[in-house]
Amino acid sequence: MKRSKLKSSPRNPSSPEPERLQDLAAIQKLMADAIMRPLDDDSRMKKRWADGVATKDVANTFIKPNDRLSSFERLEIYNRQYWFRILDCFYEDYPGLRVVLGESKFNNLAEAYLSATPSESFTLRNLGARLIPFLEAESKWTKPHQKMAIDMARLEWAQIEAFDIRSQRASSLKHLAGKAPSKIYLQLQPYITLLKLSYPVDEILLRILKDDDMLRSEASNAVELDTGPAVKSVAARIRPKATHLIIHRVDNSVFFKKLTLIQYRLLHALQSGENLEDACETAFKGVKATASHATKLQDWFATWTSLGWFCLVK
Amino acid sequence: MPANAFNGFTDYGIGIGLRVPHYSHILEKKPTVDWFEIISENFMVDAGRPLEVLDKILEQYKVVQHGVAIYFGSAEPLNREHLKKLKRLVKRTKTPWLSDHLCWGSVDGRFTHDLLPMPYTFQAARITAQKIREARDYLEVPICVENVSSYAEFHVSQMTEWEFLSEVVELADCGILLDVNNIYVSSKNHNFDPYDYLNHIPHHRVGQVHIAGHSKFKKYLLDTHDHPVLDPVWKMYQHAIGKVGKTATLLEWDDSIPSFDEVHHEALKAKKFTAEPVLA
Repeated sequence: MKRSKLKSSPRNPSSPEPERLQDLAAIQKLMADAIMRPLDDDSRMKKRWADGVATKDVANTFIKPNDRLSSFERLEIYNRQYWFRILDCFYEDYPGLRVVLGESKFNNLAEAYLSATPSESFTLRNLGARLIPFLEAESKWTKPHQKMAIDMARLEWAQIEAFDIRSQRASSLKHLAGKAPSKIYLQLQPYITLLKLSYPVDEILLRILKDDDMLRSEASNAVELDTGPAVKSVAARIRPKATHLIIHRVDNSVFFKKLTLIQYRLLHALQSGENLEDACETAFKGVKATASHATKLQDWFATWTSLGWFCLVK
Repeated sequence: MPANAFNGFTDYGIGIGLRVPHYSHILEKKPTVDWFEIISENFMVDAGRPLEVLDKILEQYKVVQHGVAIYFGSAEPLNREHLKKLKRLVKRTKTPWLSDHLCWGSVDGRFTHDLLPMPYTFQAARITAQKIREARDYLEVPICVENVSSYAEFHVSQMTEWEFLSEVVELADCGILLDVNNIYVSSKNHNFDPYDYLNHIPHHRVGQVHIAGHSKFKKYLLDTHDHPVLDPVWKMYQHAIGKVGKTATLLEWDDSIPSFDEVHHEALKAKKFTAEPVLA
């Protein structure tokens, strides 16, 4: 991930020019730079500014002290609140990644990611929006588990997306009846994600979410989680295994479901814009055709349409 | 001033914040509540459970939107995408007025997700008021701005907080969401008399009042919304109601949230002070 080359990025702000501190934009830029700087190892505000001057001198230029707190201490309240808030949110959004990496590595990753890619959204819901490219670009935070970590991050982000992304009018079997397969184009609902993973990380997540009916079934991420030793040992034992998943929602609750390779190929081909006939060919490529395939297809589509996965392409 | 232009000429009584732990209780038991306040940003989504719950609530209850991320006080322009989503929600809820904070929180597209204090300057007041006007014209709903709790003050400030609030709302011709707890917290943190604040704001502009609990640390108070309302805040509330009249009041309880009944019971204590206000 490319980092900004601006001299005054949040991790590398230069100390203020006093004459500019009359201006609202300049004050806000300086304060934002200060409160978005990572805390030190004791979760306190760093004593030194990025360019080496004392942070207390920077704070003194724009924050008034009072009879109990210095300028530094007053600014520090905001600096700590900022980090506690976004770390808490990130922590809640990625229980699976926490288990994959362990608490200490996860904390280092969280700080590195949130420093490099501060929130650009009005809602904390989008805090993890740029995590996957970050993990792909910066393996040092996840090694030797980079692939598994990326798999888990993709699964957890897909859940966040499935929770509240719009749906379109679902198509039913009735819409398909009587049409030639080469004329049928189906699109997956916008809230659905198909995942092809190297590790069966869904098995870890199912252990963490004590009851899979609870997957984001409420209007927040607040579900009862188990990240204890038993779950950690499952994560430690997990081995690479090609895994195909669909993350979807039913009655506004989020679920993930394992797919066979053929099912994944079929849904992926439809999502990529192939018509039904071509998508079936893609899905069954290299597989000896049998009479049971037609029955299987009928069963799959009956289930998938009942779950509302498809919308018709206009 | 129970009903005025700044709260859409409504008389809403005592409300509480709509919070996730209470959803099932509210939807199943349908308790009698004057109104609910929602955090706008939690419902500015395209689909899913939040909107399903909101629609069910709207069938039964009056709802008022309260925002945390317009950032009227940020030096940068209003975010049009944000406003579009907000307007969609305004149409859904038919909120008679809408509130957000007199604060800033984003710079260069980076969001702090905090309610940061303003430098109390005339420049800041002008910028903030202009943005409130723009938002109101676009959203087509009255706006009340809420005073925030703060832990820092700026050297550059040219006036007191209540003078700044008054300057902004007069320039913007908007309402005030008077957070009595926030005044108390800031008064302790910045050594001013909270009654000076209450006495010197334009009372006719108060469209809504907030009450809440806070936490005491060794050297400062923190606005935590995780406690019942403390006695000094109730006293200030009584004084405020004496000044502004019986006004729509909301209890905020956002952390360590107890049962619905406990929160509602705490909110209803406000009735003791709103029953027969004597205008000062």
